[in-house]
Amino acid sequence: MIYWQLLWSMIQIGLLSIGGGYVAIPLIQEQIVTLHGWLSLTEFTDIITIAEMTPGPIALNAATFVGMRMAGIPGALIATLGCILAPCIIVLLLAKLYYKYRNLNAIQYILSGLRPAVVAMIASAGVSIVMLAFFTKGVLPHTLHDVRFLSIGIFALGLFALKRWKVSPLLVMGGSGLIGLVVYLVIGVGGY
Amino acid sequence: MKQHQRMMGELFLSTLKISAFTFGGGYVIVPLMRKRFVEELNWIDEQEMLDLISVSQSAPGPLAVNAALMVGYRMAGIPGALLAVLGTALPPLLIISVLSFFYRQFRDNAYVSAVMGGMQAGVAAVISNVVLDLGNGVLKSKNLLSIAVMAGVFVAVYFFRVNIFWVILLCALLGLVGGMFRARGTKAAGPKEEEE
Repeated sequence: MIYWQLLWSMIQIGLLSIGGGYVAIPLIQEQIVTLHGWLSLTEFTDIITIAEMTPGPIALNAATFVGMRMAGIPGALIATLGCILAPCIIVLLLAKLYYKYRNLNAIQYILSGLRPAVVAMIASAGVSIVMLAFFTKGVLPHTLHDVRFLSIGIFALGLFALKRWKVSPLLVMGGSGLIGLVVYLVIGVGGY
Repeated sequence: MKQHQRMMGELFLSTLKISAFTFGGGYVIVPLMRKRFVEELNWIDEQEMLDLISVSQSAPGPLAVNAALMVGYRMAGIPGALLAVLGTALPPLLIISVLSFFYRQFRDNAYVSAVMGGMQAGVAAVISNVVLDLGNGVLKSKNLLSIAVMAGVFVAVYFFRVNIFWVILLCALLGLVGGMFRARGTKAAGPKEEEE
């Protein structure tokens, strides 16, 4: 019974979250906290924090967490499956259409309008991430106290390594984490 | 056959690795996908990658899963798509399942927090790098419509938080109308040059 409820809830979340992870958060909250009371609001806030600290899509992280809490490993599997089921079917159809018709003029025109838009969306996400990394509150600061100089240093080093030495992004991310840890161990500065 | 097997293995491991490193939101997948599938494996080119992201964006669901599915489908049809989705879903499933037992300790641990703080700056560098490259590409195309779309969408999404669904709809329409307009223009002007 709980499996079916879980599956159905997750299918709804997967189906309705159009436009990125942050659209999914209120949907997940609605299903899991408000509608079913599976988690308290505090637990839910915890999940979002954990989801941001761990890799992978927020919706999948939250689904796995709820599934695990509700019904152990089968619950986690069912929740993950539910979350990606509807999107996968839709994207599969779109993929078929894209590869079948992408050479049509009309589709080429549409895609030529979407490409710069996608670049702008990535840029928007990028600016938000940079602001969060540079300033404690994620917005332009009023005092130097809110500026994270360590993060700015790591950022500059990382960007230089990517541009000049064509280093792998995975290496930059791993290396940055290591620098964060070492700096904390040596002088006790840093943190998320 | 052997080559096909190797390709499937590559697909699975690549999506697994990319998913294990998508910290900080769906778009972080873009620089990782670009490095692996465009630059290292040469499976798709940059234009096609942007197309895959556009299509993934137009559907519901996590961007990382959708984009992986598109790449998998492109390389090996439906089996490839399923394999890529499995590779993407597995890391969060494993990590969160394990963490769910002691997530409070994890969240409040100072060492974890120090690593996360550093990593956040690294993620910022990785996404900035890809934004600079892609943005430069649009500017260099000297296509005024593209540049205007890029600037307009940035303002709409970053400052006004417009829902991406509407942005995609409008830009698809703009692209279609703009393209048809240009096509008619070149036809009327006679067969001169193809590119702008």
